[in-house]
Amino acid sequence: MSAVRGTRRFAPLAALALLVATMPALAQDLLIRNATVHTATARGTLQGADVLVRNGRIAAVGTGLDAAGATVVEANGKPVTPALFAGITAIGIDEVSGEDATTDTTLALGAASKEMVVRPEFDVTLAYNADSLLVPVARVEGLGFTLLAAGTGEGGSIIGGQGAVMRLDGSDQPAGPKLLFVQLGGGRAAGLAGGSRAAQWMLLDQLVDEVRGRIPAGSNAALLTPAGRDTLKRYFDGGGRLVVGVDRAADIRELLRWSKRHGVQVAIRGGGEAWRVAPELAAARVPVFVDPLDNLPSNFDRIHAALENAARLRAAGATVGFSQAGDSSHNARKIRQLAGNAVAHGLPWEDGLAGLTRVPAEAFGVGGELGGIAPGMRADLVLWDGDPLDVASVARQVWFDGRAIQMHSRQTELRDRYLRPAPDATRGDLPRAYPTPAR
Amino acid sequence: MHAALAAALATALAAGCASTSAAGPRDAGAKPGASSTGDAYPSTYRAIASAPVLVTGATVLTGTGERLDGADVLMRDGRIVAVGRGIDAPADAVRVDGSGKWVTPGIIDVHSHLGVYPSPGTRSHSDGNEATSPVTAAVWAEHSVWPQDPGFHAALAGGVTSLQILPGSANLVGGRGVTLRNVPATSYQGMKFPDAPHGLKMACGENPKRVYGQKGGPATRMGNVAGYRAAFIDAADYRAKRSAGGDKAGKRDLKLETLAAAMDGEILVHIHCYRADEMVTMLDLADEFGFKVAAFHHGVEAYKIADRLGADGVCGALWADWWGFKMEAFDGIQENVAIVDRAVNGCAIVHSDSEEGIQRLNQESAKVMASARRAGIDIAPERAIRWITRNPAQSMGILDQTGTLEAGKRADVVLWNGNPFSSYALAEQVWIDGARMYDRHDPSRQPRSDFMLGRGAAAGGGR
Repeated sequence: MSAVRGTRRFAPLAALALLVATMPALAQDLLIRNATVHTATARGTLQGADVLVRNGRIAAVGTGLDAAGATVVEANGKPVTPALFAGITAIGIDEVSGEDATTDTTLALGAASKEMVVRPEFDVTLAYNADSLLVPVARVEGLGFTLLAAGTGEGGSIIGGQGAVMRLDGSDQPAGPKLLFVQLGGGRAAGLAGGSRAAQWMLLDQLVDEVRGRIPAGSNAALLTPAGRDTLKRYFDGGGRLVVGVDRAADIRELLRWSKRHGVQVAIRGGGEAWRVAPELAAARVPVFVDPLDNLPSNFDRIHAALENAARLRAAGATVGFSQAGDSSHNARKIRQLAGNAVAHGLPWEDGLAGLTRVPAEAFGVGGELGGIAPGMRADLVLWDGDPLDVASVARQVWFDGRAIQMHSRQTELRDRYLRPAPDATRGDLPRAYPTPAR
Repeated sequence: MHAALAAALATALAAGCASTSAAGPRDAGAKPGASSTGDAYPSTYRAIASAPVLVTGATVLTGTGERLDGADVLMRDGRIVAVGRGIDAPADAVRVDGSGKWVTPGIIDVHSHLGVYPSPGTRSHSDGNEATSPVTAAVWAEHSVWPQDPGFHAALAGGVTSLQILPGSANLVGGRGVTLRNVPATSYQGMKFPDAPHGLKMACGENPKRVYGQKGGPATRMGNVAGYRAAFIDAADYRAKRSAGGDKAGKRDLKLETLAAAMDGEILVHIHCYRADEMVTMLDLADEFGFKVAAFHHGVEAYKIADRLGADGVCGALWADWWGFKMEAFDGIQENVAIVDRAVNGCAIVHSDSEEGIQRLNQESAKVMASARRAGIDIAPERAIRWITRNPAQSMGILDQTGTLEAGKRADVVLWNGNPFSSYALAEQVWIDGARMYDRHDPSRQPRSDFMLGRGAAAGGGR
């Protein structure tokens, strides 16, 4: 080992923690003064506005608000947004993706792809770990809530199971209703349906028959447990939304026909070719959660993938949100980059923000609570140092229920440990593994 | 140092002639060039002739660490002629108004699998990992490259002018990488960067032991290291026999030829390695067998050994923010690139390893700058641009030809619609050897892969 040498001195850390230091931990009365407030509501963006929080809820948004008894934060014109949607993720149920013992996303009771086990009652929120290291990593970047998704894999079925919106404030109970996750199209989903996507519709219709009692329990054709029948009945009766992973235009059209025929509420995740079905999606009021960065013909379901997907959908009147194609959990913070790039390719800025706030909140059953800054809504807020849709900006402070969080994560602790000058054993310095001497 | 090998050399060898490489006579002992065999798959790339171009009044990041405001860039005969203020243009020059816009060197990605893991990612297209044996130094990534991968054209729209295509990381030694010009061609030879050295892809950590753990090993990290050592011991023996020449030389062995060339410094060693402790082990391995590590790739823990990497002159080719997808990636932080960059003699590179990320290496760099600023490290654009231009060029052995905007170098130039370090930044025009190969506002300068034909004008294909 050659000696480590040549450590350069560096500037002390910016004192962003000052904001936090002035606040009692339990203060839920807060006034953010003189901000560019992106409300993500019909009010749009308000310049030089104040946001008043009382008892953890937004009390008022306007100018010259009375701050009596509230902690005051001067925003100096910087942007304030609702805490953003972290995407459709496995935060809290996927700690180290490559280590099976740390992942709880996907049910596989059957043997490989030839044996389909349909368990719509499977509910990943029961495995949610609020202590996951991924939670602080995501929230210090301004992300406030995620849709926890059930995965799809061999030994399961095209119906992955249920998930729900979770807030990233350390709470461990769903913040909204359950949603059912379905995967359609080529690849994995086709393998789970006997090798043909035509069979996906056959199986879904068979499940409708079973739920409606046309296939009696105990029949050879019955696929569901009693709990599964109850669960699916709720969704097939329109009492809950299906979040359907599907990319190809032809499959999206079939989904629209199928969901209309059965009266099922759906949202689309992926939607690589959704722009080619934009008018129909707008007419059916089906929200689409896209990854505009996923613009290559990466498989035969995504031949027409394009960076302009979001812009074209919106121009046709469809509702657009964002969801990542890649590792949406560890890299949840990247979702802002999706929105910014959609804007760079033609999506109006306010729609870019809506896709990270109001759109997912409303689609996933937490509208009016999360994803907007309006009286009565939860005060889950973010103060940014610049345009929140630009990768050049970062979150300066995040609040849940009007309470400032510590802007720390395991990653900031690693950063701070290794930002220190290398210890010099010849001067008696201890290795980095020891606590920093008090200053 | 890499010495260019004339294509004629391979022919001469095939004919059994004694020959000389630019690195020295073949009978000159062990070093240098003892393992030279030339290149039997030579570049047929030719720069496309074009009129001179003068970009005027732009903010220019030269890649040398300089920023020039209101500056001009003159390209002629495929080369950079001048960078500065008030440059006179030849009468036949195409003038491009750069006011309000930014100019950078062409973007370079040191770690790409375009063409070997192309789109669409069908089973039949999976050509990046010869996962049949832990040491496959005999294989060359270029022999897997599908030039019709639409990802090349998408990367061009992101300003990428040169890129290194590497084998994947399943093996201890995966094979040779190739550096390409990002120009459409029907053969990879038509893209091959003239006189660029080959890379050698090695991998440490989880991948090889996962792939081979149930297939005869290695099954552990110690097995990995034993595997590298055994391979280089064989290569050293081969190298000695070849340089002795005569009857003792024996027939060529492609695997050992590659490893020997890495020991000779003719092939630049690029190592996929995540953990700090393993990178230090690989530095010792390099010392043991007398080769140099050009760059560690991925290196999510490079920040823990930034001073050592700088002291050893090893680049860190890193992601801005990927982490957590396996144990060896668990300690990733968003300031990794910035901390490697900060070290004395630090050589930080932002790489993609992704057909998505390669399209926006400028944004990946912007994320690093934002995270660094939050940590109290201010990094100017003129410094950050080096992560995706100059530094990768250095690690790939092509800095004498590209990577900065300096007179005499290849005119690989990007005109951006504004500051490139933003979500809203778009490459407007991209010149390769002075030829306008991409123009966002001119459909006649937007290449489309054969694969994308017949699918309607508005199809994606990465545009």
